[in-house]
Amino acid sequence: MSLFVRNIPFFSIMLAMFAGIITIPIRKGRAAWYITVMVETVILAMSSVLLFDLVRSGETITFAMGHYPAPWGNEIRAGILEAMMAVLFSGVMLFSVLGGEKDIFADVMPKKQNLYFITYDELFGAMLALIYTNDIFTAYVFIEISMLAASALIMARDSGRSLIATLRYLVMMLLGSGLFLLGIIILYVITGHLLMPDLGRGVAKIVAEGMYTRPLLCVIALVCIGLAIKSAVFPFHTMLPGAHSVATTTSSAVLSGLVLKAYILLLIKCITRVFSIELMVNSGYTDVALALGMVGTVACSMFALRESDMKRMIAYSSSAQIGYIFMGIGLAGGGGLVAACLHVIVHAMTKSMMFICAGNMARTRGHKTDIRQLRGVAWENRPAAIGFTVAALSMIGIPLFPGFASKLYLATAAYDSTLKFALVLAALLLSMVLNAMYFIPAVIAIWSRPKDININSEYRAPKLMTACVTVMTVLVIALGIYFKPVADLIGRALETF
Amino acid sequence: MKDILMRLMDNYYETAAVILFFIGFMTLLLHRNIIKKIIGMNIIDSATFLFLASNGYIEGRVAPFATPGVAATVEQFVNPIPTGLVLTGIVVSVSVSAFSFALAYRLNQRYGTLDVDEILFLARGGAQ
Repeated sequence: MSLFVRNIPFFSIMLAMFAGIITIPIRKGRAAWYITVMVETVILAMSSVLLFDLVRSGETITFAMGHYPAPWGNEIRAGILEAMMAVLFSGVMLFSVLGGEKDIFADVMPKKQNLYFITYDELFGAMLALIYTNDIFTAYVFIEISMLAASALIMARDSGRSLIATLRYLVMMLLGSGLFLLGIIILYVITGHLLMPDLGRGVAKIVAEGMYTRPLLCVIALVCIGLAIKSAVFPFHTMLPGAHSVATTTSSAVLSGLVLKAYILLLIKCITRVFSIELMVNSGYTDVALALGMVGTVACSMFALRESDMKRMIAYSSSAQIGYIFMGIGLAGGGGLVAACLHVIVHAMTKSMMFICAGNMARTRGHKTDIRQLRGVAWENRPAAIGFTVAALSMIGIPLFPGFASKLYLATAAYDSTLKFALVLAALLLSMVLNAMYFIPAVIAIWSRPKDININSEYRAPKLMTACVTVMTVLVIALGIYFKPVADLIGRALETF
Repeated sequence: MKDILMRLMDNYYETAAVILFFIGFMTLLLHRNIIKKIIGMNIIDSATFLFLASNGYIEGRVAPFATPGVAATVEQFVNPIPTGLVLTGIVVSVSVSAFSFALAYRLNQRYGTLDVDEILFLARGGAQ
């Protein structure tokens, strides 16, 4: 493997961070937008090269920051799964900023547009660092950076409601990161390490000797609950709908599609590298995650059912979909992590596409997001409507769409135990029915031809958005058909994760 | 009972940290004023830093600076890593506070109050 490829994880984090820094003196929003698009394209290309190289060679890269060796230095680690996620994240970031371009320049004050892209780049850098880092304290620092950047993205649309939504989001996120920090401090006190592989060995030693059993259980609870709050799983979902419905299209797409996933990936990393799946299963935490996930998918789908606002409905659906991922984590003993990671990919692609399409359809009707006001919008903004429909079908879990694939893997992961299998199947079926109950009426509404509304046939969808949504639709359908190779690759990647 | 009290007294740093944590937590949750909420958040941060720093401190030892000509042994020094982590944590906490104050300032500019309930009331009235 060449020296350049070995340095790609480091380069991509630094490039994203520096892109934010060099945008500061640039006053023009449009120039900042070009820089962001360019940087994301470069990182997407580099991550693809890295993924290709890692899959071919089967190696994992461990990069010692500043050449300090393992117990003292800070590490970046890149395996197949990290590279896959980097490709996914950079791709979705790129498509979101391209697809929501018109909305950013309309929603954000002209003087502050360059600041929007600074936070966007910093968020991207922080999420890449969360994917690659092998040090738990670095992870904490980047959690905080991504939290601030995400809050700034919500706040960017300068209205009273967005300020309140930001405050709510910030308080919830602070609670989550506070718990996570407490957890890692206690973990450091009982093991004496901060690097994940060393922590893993330390935890294994503690478990083998039967020492510090109670503190260790507390640590797992603190870390898991902290990250669960941040990833907005069911009882902690309250900040999502407000934040997503007021943020600009790109922000919603990224917040729901990626930011929540970055914390989930960190949680999976903590489980596999630090606590070990065995310990999680033995201590019963996986069952808690499974229960949370099952209750979450059903409950949040019911909340979504009540909403008539398109963006709020999609936000509740995000929380419901996060429930599936937690179900996957809950089934970690039987290969549920493959389902969880597959659903991370599926949901990141479909949900960001859905937000881009919903935002664009709303813009066609003068920023109205109520479903009743979006009737017949498909005949004005065809590409966005098609994208929304494909995403909705995937969310419901129709075969040939990727949402079906992850549900299939979830069900097979639960197959070992009859009780769990029955429960998981029931939860999946119930949530599928509920998903259909709120997505199908929305789809019918946008494709109907109401007599009382004048269809503006002169409207032309933005070319950039059309191109983005077309590419994303093709990718989503391709993933829905060829999910097997992707899932196999995830399975292979998880062995060395 | 006496045993528990003695243990609490022995680990007085940790006890103080826990008490501070709850004071901060209650301030964050129960106060309606945003500035007080931010202060509560800072108290929580301080509590975690006290907890962390006290775990790296060993009675009677000094900060790990080697003096030229004097042989340095591990037994002389405290663990420096928690202190380093606390420094990083303080930087994070300062930036979070700065952001929150900016947010509070914007809210005050728009609604003319720092009371969360009043802001929510005004926002709802504005929506209708």
